[in-house]
Amino acid sequence: MKTIALSLAFALLGALAVFLIYAWSPEELEAIEPPQAESFDPALVARGAELAALGNCLTCHQSEGGEPFAGGYAVQTPVGAIYGSNITPDPETGIGRWSEAAFVRSMHEGLDREGRHLFPAYPYTHFSIVPDEDARAIYAYLMTRRPVRNEVPDPELPFPLNVRALQAGWKLLFFEGPEPATPDPDDRLARGRHLVEGLGHCGACHTPRNLLMAESDDDYLQGAHAAGWYNPPLAGEVDAPAPWTAEEMTAYLTGGFADAHGVAAGPMAEVAGKLARAPRDDVAAMAEYVVSLQTGPSETASPDAAPAEIETGETGAERSAKRRLGETLYRSACLRCHTPSGQEASGTAAGSSQGLPLASSTALFAPEGTNLAQFILHGVQPPEGETGWPMPGFASLLTDEQIAAIAAYLREDLVGRPAWEEFADTLADARGGKTAN
Amino acid sequence: MVTMTVNGKTVSSETDPETPLLYVLRNELELNGAKFGCGLGQCGACTVLVDGRAAISCLLPLAALEGRSVTTLEGLGSADDPGPVQAAFIEEQAAQCGYCIPGMIMRTAGLLNETPDPNDEEIRAALQPNLCRCGTHMRILRAARRAAGRPSGEDGFAFAGERATGQAPAEDEETPA
Repeated sequence: MKTIALSLAFALLGALAVFLIYAWSPEELEAIEPPQAESFDPALVARGAELAALGNCLTCHQSEGGEPFAGGYAVQTPVGAIYGSNITPDPETGIGRWSEAAFVRSMHEGLDREGRHLFPAYPYTHFSIVPDEDARAIYAYLMTRRPVRNEVPDPELPFPLNVRALQAGWKLLFFEGPEPATPDPDDRLARGRHLVEGLGHCGACHTPRNLLMAESDDDYLQGAHAAGWYNPPLAGEVDAPAPWTAEEMTAYLTGGFADAHGVAAGPMAEVAGKLARAPRDDVAAMAEYVVSLQTGPSETASPDAAPAEIETGETGAERSAKRRLGETLYRSACLRCHTPSGQEASGTAAGSSQGLPLASSTALFAPEGTNLAQFILHGVQPPEGETGWPMPGFASLLTDEQIAAIAAYLREDLVGRPAWEEFADTLADARGGKTAN
Repeated sequence: MVTMTVNGKTVSSETDPETPLLYVLRNELELNGAKFGCGLGQCGACTVLVDGRAAISCLLPLAALEGRSVTTLEGLGSADDPGPVQAAFIEEQAAQCGYCIPGMIMRTAGLLNETPDPNDEEIRAALQPNLCRCGTHMRILRAARRAAGRPSGEDGFAFAGERATGQAPAEDEETPA
């Protein structure tokens, strides 16, 4: 008994020692004089620009209305906001004094130049497989951008989560360390996989996280929630009744729209906007890999799924009145643009637009109504400076009850799927916690 | 039948409940302040207030208005006795062709209901859904600012990108503050 206690104590002490060494050991890399932009090979800079688009750096490293790469975007995590850092070559507030080695280390190990641990909102757990030469190209691209002086706010995390040294413990638990790799360039699936898992960091939004905010390997790309949106599963059974093709996925990733599924909205609109500027062949390889992971429609999305009845607490008369109202509102407010092919635009509109016929909308086959609520309330606005498919929001036009009626009609009648449970709560959350009407 | 309040009066309409509010206002109630622009919720010319909030009326079904309150341009004041937002738009001579102006006025009125003391960013964000094709944006923005009780001074309403320098746009020079 005594021996067990003793060896347990030693084991604990040993673990603590490893933790302490890990927590405080990262060395500070020497500050350098900011390198001249002319000192970088233009070909390397150009390759870096492509890679930065594939890695979608700007989404987190540019605030709304802010300068590119100057940081300040708030990544809203369940424990608080973490702000994207300034990665312009400004010597004081950016990475101007970072050497190439410091930059490559930050991507591979989640450390800043001084050796402080970065929070995993920065997806270094993905970037750790990016080959050195790609990291160097991104460095060359960033160091030739215009330096912008911009102090980024500290993370708004509660104690003790804001203690950077404790990130060492998180890394011990969830980070396997750098494993840079270069896939065989002739193996498209391997190349796509490497981009999806590495630089593209798709899992950062599409893989659910555990209580300590680490991506759950068992549920890789199985769908998650972020920033008020439901990020659908990319692998295994997916929400769409029509299977995704690689061509369609490529069109979606580069153009923000898929004819048989719908629009890239919310944070995904940003991603598509950046991938539009990435090498199309790389994006196509990513699309091919993602589609290869898909096994078909999920149970409720399947074209021959029989709708199951869900106890909603409504009487039959209430339900039919609700769905009648929903149909009226749908025909008047939605059908104007979301015209099924082969039908004339309804009403007396100037002309039909190219809105997705809603029977194809992936949002209607999801297990929850989060994204439909987002679409109806807030519409779709292409990111600033991007082209896209605008839809007006209906937040001030329709009451919660009316939106719920539309949702019930679309979900239960138009596509014949079981009612969403607790849609009223979903809607209230999507309104931002406020009841507007 | 749908019963709603329009500019303070109770109105009942027997029209098909799928009809957009805009058509009911113009064709049935002869309230022609709200304009038909695109019919697709893209331009804002048809903006009215619904329960005090700015709402495009071309995509708003009559069926959604049961028991709700609608305010149109006519509800804010008349040519002889304009309301404060209308007066601000007249003062700044914000109209050129004028087609977008009712929507701009209603959008501004809606903003002031929700945010009584908006800053310039908030004004820009609120008016963003409404389009003007003549190019009187700067006057419209100044009118909205005046309506918020802050007539533009020397600094005017800066163009995007000039906010940091505080430089007045050229157009301001011809307009007395």
